[in-house]
Amino acid sequence: MAGQADVTQPTDSSASPGAEQSLSPVRAYLLNCGSSSLADRAFSALMLVCALSIFAIVILILVELISGSKLTIQKFGMSFFFGSAWDPVNGNFGALPFIYGTVVSSILALIIAVPLAVGVAIFLTEMCPDWLRGFLAFFTELLAAIPSVVYGLWAIFVMVPLLRQFFYPYLIKSLGWTGIFGGPNYGFGMFSAGVILSIMVLPIISSLTREVMSAVPHAQREAVLALGATRWEMIRMGVLRNARIGIVGAVILGLGRALGETMAVTMVIGNRPEIVRSLLAPAYSMASVIANEFSEASDELYLSALIEIGLALFIVTIIVNALARVLVWAVTRGAPVRGT
Amino acid sequence: MASTTTAMPPPLRARASNRFLRVVVNHLATAAAVGSTILVMAPLIAIFMYLLFKGASSLNLAFFTQVPKPVGEVGGGMANSILGSGILLAIASLMGVPIGIAGGIYIAEYGRNKRLANMVRFTADVLNGVPSIVMGIAIYTLIVVPQKHFSALAGGVALGIMMIPTITRTTEEMLLMVPLNVREAALGLGVPNWRSVLSITLRTASPGVITGCMLAFARVAGETAPLLFTAFGNQFWSTSVNQPIAALPLQIFVYALSPYDEWHRLAWAGALVLIVLIVVSVALVRYVAGRGVLKGAS
Amino acid sequence: MGVEIEVSDLNAWYGTNHTLQSISLRIPANHATALIGPSGCGKSTFVRCLNRMHETNPIGRVTGTVRVGPTDIYAQASPVEIRRRIGMVFQRPNPFPTMSIYDNVASGLRLNGFRNRKVLDEVVERSLQQAALWDEVKNDLKKKSGASLSGGQQQRLCIARALAVDPEVMLMDEPASALDPVSTAKIEDLIFQLKSQYTIVIVTHNMQQAARVAENTGFFLNGKLVEFDATHKIFTNPTDKRTEDYITGRFG
Repeated sequence: MAGQADVTQPTDSSASPGAEQSLSPVRAYLLNCGSSSLADRAFSALMLVCALSIFAIVILILVELISGSKLTIQKFGMSFFFGSAWDPVNGNFGALPFIYGTVVSSILALIIAVPLAVGVAIFLTEMCPDWLRGFLAFFTELLAAIPSVVYGLWAIFVMVPLLRQFFYPYLIKSLGWTGIFGGPNYGFGMFSAGVILSIMVLPIISSLTREVMSAVPHAQREAVLALGATRWEMIRMGVLRNARIGIVGAVILGLGRALGETMAVTMVIGNRPEIVRSLLAPAYSMASVIANEFSEASDELYLSALIEIGLALFIVTIIVNALARVLVWAVTRGAPVRGT
Repeated sequence: MASTTTAMPPPLRARASNRFLRVVVNHLATAAAVGSTILVMAPLIAIFMYLLFKGASSLNLAFFTQVPKPVGEVGGGMANSILGSGILLAIASLMGVPIGIAGGIYIAEYGRNKRLANMVRFTADVLNGVPSIVMGIAIYTLIVVPQKHFSALAGGVALGIMMIPTITRTTEEMLLMVPLNVREAALGLGVPNWRSVLSITLRTASPGVITGCMLAFARVAGETAPLLFTAFGNQFWSTSVNQPIAALPLQIFVYALSPYDEWHRLAWAGALVLIVLIVVSVALVRYVAGRGVLKGAS
Repeated sequence: MGVEIEVSDLNAWYGTNHTLQSISLRIPANHATALIGPSGCGKSTFVRCLNRMHETNPIGRVTGTVRVGPTDIYAQASPVEIRRRIGMVFQRPNPFPTMSIYDNVASGLRLNGFRNRKVLDEVVERSLQQAALWDEVKNDLKKKSGASLSGGQQQRLCIARALAVDPEVMLMDEPASALDPVSTAKIEDLIFQLKSQYTIVIVTHNMQQAARVAENTGFFLNGKLVEFDATHKIFTNPTDKRTEDYITGRFG
């Protein structure tokens, strides 16, 4: 067995340990620097505390929301979410109209946005020439970053008048018999809220879908093509099938954004706390009622009701966003998402 | 790794009619994708152009230098809102940038593969999706109620806590791009770990980290909801941290809903200012990302 | 001046992979010692154990003793102090990309708080001269970034940076393997000049390189030290058959 311990000692030996060694100023300085372990530990502790602040923020919000809505939780309990009377004068509060408005406007937004967003994503990922892709991707990122209030401003002065003048009369005439497109043509109402929401969530769903589709390895595409598939078949079987979990995640993320969207919706939804059949009638969303009435809430119970709506919104969006992240991570392996 | 098996397509018969059908479907699909892109992009580009032109035609020098005139009078500007936004963003950045960067340093440098780091990452992402009005409520009960008045401080804090999760994530992403061999060079020299993280790793990633902060900055600059009952807004010139203060997006909201044409004009101009801010930051982020975080690193 | 390194019963793991098994040897001071062996035999891991870099990997583990001069480096808690006395040059040149040439060389001192401008200037010049890079960069010290040099120059810059902290030992992990032949020759000349002042340990794939620069050579195979002897003996008359097989090219 070749030796470790019995290795033949090579030529001459080192300087004896006791020999005089003149220390250069550099070496002398460095030897005196000392261990940095205290500074290192303090530093990593400080960084840790800052990282933990994320949890502190979530807990802070939860605590403040719960303590702020104590009054109405005690008074109404769960019936708060099923009551449809919103009567601040008499102290009677029910959140159902707002839940209805939030949910319906968001679903409407998704119905409009999802097919289009996926179509855009497919085009950009699989069919778009390179020179165009850069511009369109940049533009999509821009749109996702434009503030809500700017969308709302445009919606009030351009979108709603256009819809009211050209589109809604057509809807009332042709689909009025169904009952969901009836009544006076205010313009401001549930449908307009759904449209502006769809415009706002489309860039996000599209970007995320693109990311998810790009994460599908090329080998999958090539395998399908090698079997003689057309391009659409390759997209359908090689990409969409593998990415579908992530695409669902992207849609859910869009839903989360739509549920919580405040300013643009407030500016076009009409602000009437009633549940009516017609989608063209004014409605109200959870975020909108808070935005409109919070600073005017005249008594404790009123404020508590609004805060409880905020609590519900917080919990719902956390759950929806958590679900979306899990689904998207499953495909893209945890890379953070730009543009949200 | 999630197993992704491609299901075998049904046997592709070579019959002419079947082949023809598949080709037709392929063309239809292409048309649908192109069509939806045009259907989406054209109006969006139109919206964007409209905002630019309407804003530009509403903008003048007075916008930046004057406060709003009393109702009914022509002219005036949003100087107080711009200043107010500046003050709010300064407070928010003072809070959000250091804490956010430190949090990002932790999960990138000390927490790799640890469960805590993954939880921080996940929570930050989820927090980014929470409606900002909820932050406003929390800060209202936390700061405004005890103080019994609205204030720039409250607004700044509300915006600051919105910046933290965003900056944490972008900082982490940028730090992770610094290659291992650069860190090893610092370690091999006997540089203390904390010094290496700050002076080598963070410095190498700094273009990316800074643009991440800019992106968070631009995002909260346009936020209205959390300010509705924290900063509250102010028609007059104010520099005090302890009083209500105007903010650009907040005033745009108020002016848009008002019945006065002059105020509408101010709202369009203000919207343009916000859009320019967004365009500049998004463009800068893409520029930095395109050049690569590390100029010439091996 | 350099110091002797004595290694006793060194074992190293990557997770459950027992990468180094019971290594013992003595590396003489002021000499160049080459470590050769096929890919994956553990020679790089060994060298990284000498300056406690192996443990920077989350799944890396070390047992055994490494004595550098009079100091048992694993007895101390802080690896930072150890690494200040042992310089390392890596396989791929890794100058700090955001720093100028001057700042790169001075970094080991500056980042430990050293402030004296005059001494720094002298140290930078001395180190660059020792690394045979001074003449090529002396006019651009603060203007050019470390990353803007050619591959061979970058590696010499890294050598200068390591020399600037006046270490007692220089560890080199395949320093020329990513470089062209001209740069490689320059680096070998460098090692030749430096070895009288420092203890140099060089890991190399290139047996001719070992033969050119090192007085002693160790042959690693599958995590074990097979043979350690004077270079000329290893290459002309090795004791172990495995060494002979490797030298003559039967494997690796």
